[in-house]
Order: sequence, then structure tokens, then C-alpha cells
Amino acid sequence: MNPEDLKYSEEHEWLRMEGDTAVIGITHFAQDSLGDVVFVELPEVGSDVEQFEKMGEIESVKAVSDLYCPVGGRVVEVNDSLNDSPELVNDSPYEEGWMIKVEVSDGSEIDRLMSASEYGALVEAES
Amino acid sequence: MSEEQIPRRTPLYDTHARYGGRFVPFAGWEMPVRYDSIIREAEAVRTNAGLFDVSHMGRVEFEGAGAASLLDSVLSVNVQGMRTGRAHYNVICDQNGGIIDDCIVYRLGDQKFLLIPNASNTDMVLEWIESHRPSHQETSITNVTADIAMIACQGPKARDMVASLAESDISRIRPFRARTATVNGVETFLARTGYTGEDGFEIMAPSESAPAMWESLMELGAAACGLGARDVLRLEAGLLLHGNDMDTSVNPYEAALDRFVDPDREGYVAGEALRAIRDEGVSRKIAAFEMTERGIARAGYSIMDGENRIGSVTSGGPSPTLDTNIGLGYVPIAYSEPGTRIGVEIRGRPVEAEIRTLPFYRRSRSA
Repeated sequence: MNPEDLKYSEEHEWLRMEGDTAVIGITHFAQDSLGDVVFVELPEVGSDVEQFEKMGEIESVKAVSDLYCPVGGRVVEVNDSLNDSPELVNDSPYEEGWMIKVEVSDGSEIDRLMSASEYGALVEAES
Repeated sequence: MSEEQIPRRTPLYDTHARYGGRFVPFAGWEMPVRYDSIIREAEAVRTNAGLFDVSHMGRVEFEGAGAASLLDSVLSVNVQGMRTGRAHYNVICDQNGGIIDDCIVYRLGDQKFLLIPNASNTDMVLEWIESHRPSHQETSITNVTADIAMIACQGPKARDMVASLAESDISRIRPFRARTATVNGVETFLARTGYTGEDGFEIMAPSESAPAMWESLMELGAAACGLGARDVLRLEAGLLLHGNDMDTSVNPYEAALDRFVDPDREGYVAGEALRAIRDEGVSRKIAAFEMTERGIARAGYSIMDGENRIGSVTSGGPSPTLDTNIGLGYVPIAYSEPGTRIGVEIRGRPVEAEIRTLPFYRRSRSA
């Protein structure tokens, strides 16, 4: 369920390293808990984000939730297709539903994230 | 006053759990908010049929020689003049004209009525009615909420589905009419009412018969729906939700419920206050609006005219049927005309919206 090659945060975001760039999104568990995603607000390209700090909002039919960034750095790309198709977060949380790409400023921050099996245990405890 | 409450469960709790219902606490009850996708559930109701467990709503019977006059003195509509088998939407107002609750009243017989208040207001409504019960007239008031389950089957196919389980021709029960009918082998009280903007029935049946009724309707293709879809659908249909869009700080003229209020009846406890409000006119009114910029209004957000806060959102969210974002809120009369541009403050930023006419969605009646 949770891809092995990703890193995970306690706030249910995932991160995939592509060179020095981290691709970031929310997990299957997160999208399933939210239900239909109808609105995503993300930081702008060029803005700075900090690890475990708020980076945007995600709205389901019923509720508004904060999005947290699993790693600090500069935003280099934002998934604009989520503006028109926020449901991609539900349909494809690890692929088409990715949210932002961040040029990581401190690689050691990655060590503070969880592996797939650690994250799986967390989800088990929460559900 | 506050006591730790164990949430109540409806007779359909296990059925919801088996179909993957996700439960939330609601007005003292544990109710399914959704099964899978709120959007798909809402779509099922608009295009086919959906099922809602509304057993948490109050069901109170009034019986006796004084029942008609008692209800006539507390409800906003003429109860004495109702014919048996009719249902009326109405509001219950306090002495100031504030809305204690909105409900449906059914006339079951010459001296017998059924009142359906909202789950969270049932106790308050009963207290209010008790306090106006004259000592000399016989009326028994019985809360039958726990004995009877209530299932709403709503959507363009709902009538045919319920009809196929009924022993008599129930499709002749017209909107806002009700009668007893045998459905799925049990005697039910069947009402052509609902809260979705679609055609359909509300089925009141003995609690123990509810799971089989639910299963039979699902087998006919009705989708299990939760409170989430119900809220989306009622907002699209412009139906107000007590606790969100109205409460005792609001009167029925502000809530645009004029046509459900007859304040001129003798003995009506809110009559004097409501006549004064009607004659004086109101300074604010509930307005429907559509977001014209990207953003979703939510209950509690401020409605703005430039820098000035002119009101607040009472209900808001996405409309999957209309593929836009909609809401309700109270604004000064000057802003209530359709087409008026307003702003909704979302996370500190004004987002453009425009006043629309209610309802947002109206079903086509050709079918």
C-alpha cells in the first residue's frame, strides 16, 4: 500500500528523492481519511518551505485541513493540474496526485522521516 | 447541566458498519457521514436513488382532543385546518420570533399528529410545547423516536423502488402526503417527503424491520448515503439546516420562510412578535451565493463588501451537481438582490462571490 521507496511524515505526507529534489504529496491513508478532495492550495514556485511547517491547505467536501512539508527547501515546481483536478489526490496519491517539488536545503532532514514499514505501523495504530 | 453522553445508535448501525459506513458523532448519535465518496453518493441521489438513515430525527406523537389546538398554538402553520394524510413544513418560534426548530407535522387522524423535529432539538421542542400545554385539555405526547426507524429513499428512481416493495399502489401518494402502507412485508408510515430536492419517500417502520428494508432497497440499486451527501444535497436544494442557517437569533422572515408562517391565528404564541416583524420588515435576509473566484466558503467565514464585514456564511461547500462552490449567509437587505457582488473572506483573503436565487438546484419534473 505504501511504496517502499518513499519516506513518510507523521502528518501523512510522502517524499520521493529525485537527485537533490524532493517530490512531495499526501499518502493513501491521508486521502482515504479526507474523502473526496475538492480544493488544494499550495505554495508558489520560488517560495521557501520548512520541514514540518505548514505549506498549504487541502479541502474535502466537509472539511479544511493543513498540509505540512516533510522537508525544508525552495519550491521548484507545483502540480498545477490539481487546480482543475483535485481528485487526482484521491485517484493517484503517489503519482499524478503529487503536490510540490522542493530543492532540499539540508539532506539530513530526510533522516527524520519514516520508512514505509515504520509509517505502516503508525497508520495501523491510528486506524 | 453537561453530562457525559454515550452516543446513541440507530437500529441500522450494524448495517452501516457492514457496508463500510464511516461514523461521526452527530447530535448525540453515532451516524455514518459517508460510505465511500460523498460526491458519488450525492450523484446517485440526483441520477438514481440513495438511502439515508434518518432514525436520529425526533418522532413525537400528539393524540387527544387538545392535540390540534396545542400544535396550532406552537407551530407556524395552521394545524387545525390540516386534512388527515397531509404534511406541512413549519418552524417553531419563541416569543421573540426566534426559530427554536424547523420540523414537519403530519396529521394522522382527527385527533392524532406526528411531529418530526431535528435530532439535537427534540428535547428543547418538547419542553417548549409542554410549557404551552393548557391544563384543561387532554393531549398525550409520546416520544416514539426509539421505537421507529426512519429511512429516506430519495432520487428519480426512489418512487419505483419503494413501489416495487409495497403491496398497494403507493405511487399515488402525492408530495407532502402520507399514509400507512405495507412495504417489504411490514406496516409502515410512508410519507412523500425528503430533504434532498429530489422526489422520494420517508419510510417509518418498526426498528427491528429496518435492516431488511435497507437491504431490500439496496438490492434494487439504491446507494447507501451518509450525512455528508445529505448536507451537500440539501444545500444545493436551498433547504436550510437548523443550527447552521437558523437558530433563535433569526426569525422566519429573515430566513425567507414567509410562506411557512401564518402569524394571524388566534392563540399562536409567537403571533404577536411575528406580526410585528412582518409589519416592520427585516433589515437582513438569508442569501444564496456562488463563488465566482476559486475558493470554498465555509460556515463562519465573513461575507465582505470591500473592507467591510456585512455578514457571515452559515453553510457553504462544493456543489458536485452544479460543479461550482455555493453557500448561504445573512446579508443586509441591500445586498440580497441576485447578481450583487460580495466577497467571502477565506484565510484572510477576500474571494469574489455573487448573490444567486434560491434554490441553486431544482429537479426537472418531467419524469
